Amino acid sequence: MAVELKPGVRFRSAVGETEVVVIKAPAGAVDLRCGGHPVVPIGDEPPAGLSAETGFDGDTLIGKRYTDATGELELLCSKGGAGALSAGTELLVLKDAKPLPSSD
Amino acid sequence: MHIGMLLQMAADGMGDRVTLGSLSDGTTMAELATRARRAGTVLAGMPGERVALVDLNSEAVPIALFGAALAGKPFVPINYRLTDEQLRDLVERTAPATVITGEGVADRLGPIQGIEIIERKEFLDRTADPSVEEADPYAGDPDSVAVLLYTSGTTGAPKAAVLHNRNLTSYVISTVEFAGAGEDEASIVSVPPYHIAGISSVLSSTYAGRRVVHLEAFDPQAWVDVVRAEAITHAMVVPTMLNRILDVVAADDRGLPSLRSLSYGGGPMPLAVIERGMGLLPGVGFVNAYGLTETASTIALLGPDDHREAHAAEDPDIRARLSSVGRPLPSVEVVIRGVDGTVLGPGERGEIWVRGEQVAGEYDGLDAGPDDGWFNTRDEGHIDGGGFLFVHGRLDDVIVRGGENLSPGEIESALLEHPSVAAAAVVGIPDPDWGEKVVAAVVPAEGVVVDEDELRAFVRAALRSTRTPERIEIRPDLPFNETGKLLRRVLREELAQRFG
Repeated sequence: MAVELKPGVRFRSAVGETEVVVIKAPAGAVDLRCGGHPVVPIGDEPPAGLSAETGFDGDTLIGKRYTDATGELELLCSKGGAGALSAGTELLVLKDAKPLPSSD
Repeated sequence: MHIGMLLQMAADGMGDRVTLGSLSDGTTMAELATRARRAGTVLAGMPGERVALVDLNSEAVPIALFGAALAGKPFVPINYRLTDEQLRDLVERTAPATVITGEGVADRLGPIQGIEIIERKEFLDRTADPSVEEADPYAGDPDSVAVLLYTSGTTGAPKAAVLHNRNLTSYVISTVEFAGAGEDEASIVSVPPYHIAGISSVLSSTYAGRRVVHLEAFDPQAWVDVVRAEAITHAMVVPTMLNRILDVVAADDRGLPSLRSLSYGGGPMPLAVIERGMGLLPGVGFVNAYGLTETASTIALLGPDDHREAHAAEDPDIRARLSSVGRPLPSVEVVIRGVDGTVLGPGERGEIWVRGEQVAGEYDGLDAGPDDGWFNTRDEGHIDGGGFLFVHGRLDDVIVRGGENLSPGEIESALLEHPSVAAAAVVGIPDPDWGEKVVAAVVPAEGVVVDEDELRAFVRAALRSTRTPERIEIRPDLPFNETGKLLRRVLREELAQRFG
């Protein structure tokens, strides 16, 4: 189920505790999933009884950013949990950011 | 995103860490988040559309900053050091608002239409009261205004810079690693809450999980004492603070063993001071951060390795980088443009323009938003062949003498090269023939007598005659504001009186 994403909008996983907030979104709809199942908007009750599918059974870590191959989609994980994030069947990857020296 | 979310994430991921105060009796991240949620309810229920704060540093600053965001009201920290009249004027401009005040401030303000006052102690007591309902930490619009900061107004009346939640959160998540601080790290905050660095330090430290110890107001001995007593690892200072800290460290020779990182910014740092710091504190990594209120803090930085490399270099081009502000952050773009808007190449001087999610570039009540995302900093600068950015000064300070634009920074640097000069400032004052003429004020090095004619000859040899100050006033100090910004307007008036 593809939906239009907008920066600042939040979703939760249907298979675990994961919550994400959209940082950057490509134009057009995205089939955003966690554990292989579509995520649901925060506030909506996810369908019960789902678990992560094989191949999507990694996990998410709080405070990490996840991105697709184009870099046009970027999410921030605001709560970690079971299940890997994907756009359709393309797994999202951790965004590598070289830590900057603290300036404040 | 919304700044309330940054705190909630920190509380979820690092709830047990002490985030404010001493390790033994400080406030944990979970406690801070709870108090901020209560503050959200308290501040939402108080009159006015904004939450102002006229106070020294304390735990009330982070609680009010996050609490105001959860209440959906802009947070407006105001300079308590202003004269009563200036203070009243800014508070009036902030109405309708609730103002959190420190000791004695309510009396200074008196009754003001549309202003409700709550004393710091009462505010803190209410956020500690478990019967107060907790606001939703996730509610909040990323486009809403998080902070209004009055710029220092060194050249004119203060303007209120508008920082949206998305500007601040974008800065934090693109520059700070979540929970990236070690559990032993602690940061001292001595810049006042009405300075952008006071705001960004709260946000960055919260997200990194770094404990914060507030110094009520800056004093060099107190700063050194707290760094030693609290095993402080990180600090941010403005240029005038650093030299005074170094005086204390040099006098007692005990060093600052716990300190790992010292960042500085908020104005030009004299080369001699940073070299002195690197010599006295060899174990410390120095970071030069360049940013503006309007860019939600840092947009370029010169890191510890850059400092060491430049300091050790033989090549004058590399060595010069010790006076640069380093390279732009990966999350922002910086270009130099000529007055006609064309983008200039390496080494060419022009206006510094910046673009990025963190860049706000908006002022309250004015509709001059950034042009196509690009914001003109009004700073003059250039970028060298290696991508290092050099800042020469404010364009508003440029002296126009007989149609020629002269940069005070260049002339000040030339003056500072002379061994008899400890500090120098150059301004233009009205002149019937040239429009403006160049004059300078110089503070002599300790125990040295400055010869005006010799100094003028020295500058003429380094630059050329049009850039040589026509007169130089020798004086014991220069007028700085408390965050280390030279008050050029004040100096210009004083020198115009004397030499006009």
